[in-house]
Amino acid sequence: MKAALVGNPNSGKTSVFNLLTGLNQKVGNYPGITVDKKWGHFNHQGTRVELLDLPGLYSIYPKSQDEEVVFQVLRQKDHPDHPDLVIVVMDTTNLERNLFLATQILDLGIPTLLVANMIDLMDKNQVGVNFEKLSELLGRVPLVPFNARTGQDLALLKSALLEVPLEVMPIPYTQEFMNLEDWDTGRQEEAARGEARYKRIRQILSFCQHLPRKRSVRHQKWDQILTHPFWGYLIFLSLLALIFQTIFAWSEVPMNLIDTVFLTLSQWSQATLPNGPLTDLISQGLIPGLGGVMIFIPQIALLFGFIFVLEETGYMARMVFITDRLIRPFGLNGRSIVPLISGVACAIPAVMATRTIDHWKERLITIMVVPLMSCSARLPVYTLLIALVVPDVSWGIFNLKGMVLMALYLVGFVAALFSALLFKWLLKTKEKSFLVMELPDYKIPRWSNLGITMLEKCKVFVWEAGKVILAISVILWLLASYGPGDQMASAIAEIPVPTESAQQADYQHQVKSVALEHSYIGRAGKWMEPAIQPLGYNWQIGISLITSFVAREVFVGSMATIYSVGETFESDQTLLERMSHQRNGLGKPVYTLASGISLMLFYAFAMQCMSTLAVVRRETKSWKWPLIQLIYMTALAYISALIAFNLLN
Amino acid sequence: MTLDQVSNLSKSYVVKDIKKDPLMTKLIDMGLFSGKEIRLLFKAPFGDPIAIDLQGYTLSLRREEAALIAIE
Repeated sequence: MKAALVGNPNSGKTSVFNLLTGLNQKVGNYPGITVDKKWGHFNHQGTRVELLDLPGLYSIYPKSQDEEVVFQVLRQKDHPDHPDLVIVVMDTTNLERNLFLATQILDLGIPTLLVANMIDLMDKNQVGVNFEKLSELLGRVPLVPFNARTGQDLALLKSALLEVPLEVMPIPYTQEFMNLEDWDTGRQEEAARGEARYKRIRQILSFCQHLPRKRSVRHQKWDQILTHPFWGYLIFLSLLALIFQTIFAWSEVPMNLIDTVFLTLSQWSQATLPNGPLTDLISQGLIPGLGGVMIFIPQIALLFGFIFVLEETGYMARMVFITDRLIRPFGLNGRSIVPLISGVACAIPAVMATRTIDHWKERLITIMVVPLMSCSARLPVYTLLIALVVPDVSWGIFNLKGMVLMALYLVGFVAALFSALLFKWLLKTKEKSFLVMELPDYKIPRWSNLGITMLEKCKVFVWEAGKVILAISVILWLLASYGPGDQMASAIAEIPVPTESAQQADYQHQVKSVALEHSYIGRAGKWMEPAIQPLGYNWQIGISLITSFVAREVFVGSMATIYSVGETFESDQTLLERMSHQRNGLGKPVYTLASGISLMLFYAFAMQCMSTLAVVRRETKSWKWPLIQLIYMTALAYISALIAFNLLN
Repeated sequence: MTLDQVSNLSKSYVVKDIKKDPLMTKLIDMGLFSGKEIRLLFKAPFGDPIAIDLQGYTLSLRREEAALIAIE
């Protein structure tokens, strides 16, 4: 049997889905649009039920892509996902608005089971409901009171589901208000029908629902503090700082572990498999490429873990509420703030987190500017270059090196805001920006859902963006390992082979360096030297710019290879020494304050991350946006690096 | 009078009607139909957006959206 789950956001629909399907869940996409498709299955009394979790919505009249999906799935009988049965999850403490959607579904004429969720909160909210009467007044629709927080009576819910008669009952009250054939004949009529529907719902509820005379708004004190002009922002900023500190701290160990595992795997396969190009491809191309996908999992899991908690507690809506006015002038809305700030950790989960922005233009702007926020992968590049070119000067507690680093973060944030402004002017849309948003009551998160959410986000990333990342990293590896003709081989042959074993390591470094120089990427680096010379770079930097497209921090490793030294410059000062002795054709040092700052600015702005591009493609469903992003960010990087170099030189 | 002009936190109002606008149906979907009793709960810093009580749940909207809602 095929069933679909429908409900208002915050009605506990996801909890019901998780309770019913457990870990038997899959995530995918509806073809051609950027809406996630979630489905799962369970068996009860010998019947297998395929359950589709439709996006949360308030009304079936489509106003966004999410709602369009629900409308089509439920409306078109020949849609591949059209269900035999719909389960509507409702928040029992707010039946009036939840019945708006529920009665619309009933009007569609699909067999329906109503789930009156959150019965545990009825007492606290002084709400009383006669469920039998309600079911009767709605046309004897099967109705199950439920508490998704504890999952009690889950078996009852499953049985009720199987007992729903699969033929449609006549609905005595609501049908007349929705003529499906003319749903798009005009907003005016739709509005009139909406009002009429609410009046009928009120009538029905007057027979079966008891409400307190005046609703006491719960936790109002919390709102007064959390939306306070001073305390509200202070708490908001401290909480974000705490979250990012935790993401950095907690992801370091698992990231190092993933790194080590894949490095070991690579070395092991190199040693075990027979020598040859296929082994090289596996051990140096595929395995590190896979590692490059997996390395993002700790940060994705942690960030979405925190976002889950912020959303479940109800605080997320307050964050949106207090920041909306501040970033609205830049073409963004309050929902952009979390993705934007998450970009400081990593642009990949940040771009994935833009899903909550339901306005397409604002979502797109957010995606386009998020990679300008200084992510953690830029840090090794900044550290190396600051150590190399920024003089060790201090004024009191202010250290110039520290201030340059801070300025780089700031410059990324400012660039993000102004690029957003630019896209606001450039992108045309018919949709009007709005923020009509429910502020849910504060709640304790249902921890059992936490793991499922984190797992789901990681799966989406690995399956949908991982493929592209793996493919590009293998291609880049091929281009860095092979060169045209036999130049590479003859250049390597020219290096004198050491007789003493003590010089063996040095020899290996030199071979690597020469190999990279004569590879396709090495040739490209030299070929592009005229283009990057105005920025103060040489071909060595050119090579590293190309290789670091895999991930920005690869810049440091490539520099080490080119200057034939070991890869840890923090412990081993040789890389810094060799770089500082590098001279250009005129005998002047290459790495000066001017070229260093120019290079740092280049890394601050350039789209030097194929993984982000892969995720942007996944989230926008086309190569158009990642390409525009690549071009505009590279242009911004080039121009600002050019200006900086010429001003400082 | 429209909802964006309200500053009194203790007083309840009744929605009279919603101005014609692309957002009109959205607002009605969210439960702002004529005859609904509403009350201002709090405002964000800078007075925008605002949060209102809709007898059953709390809704936030921007001032320009609140200006579409005629109340009495």
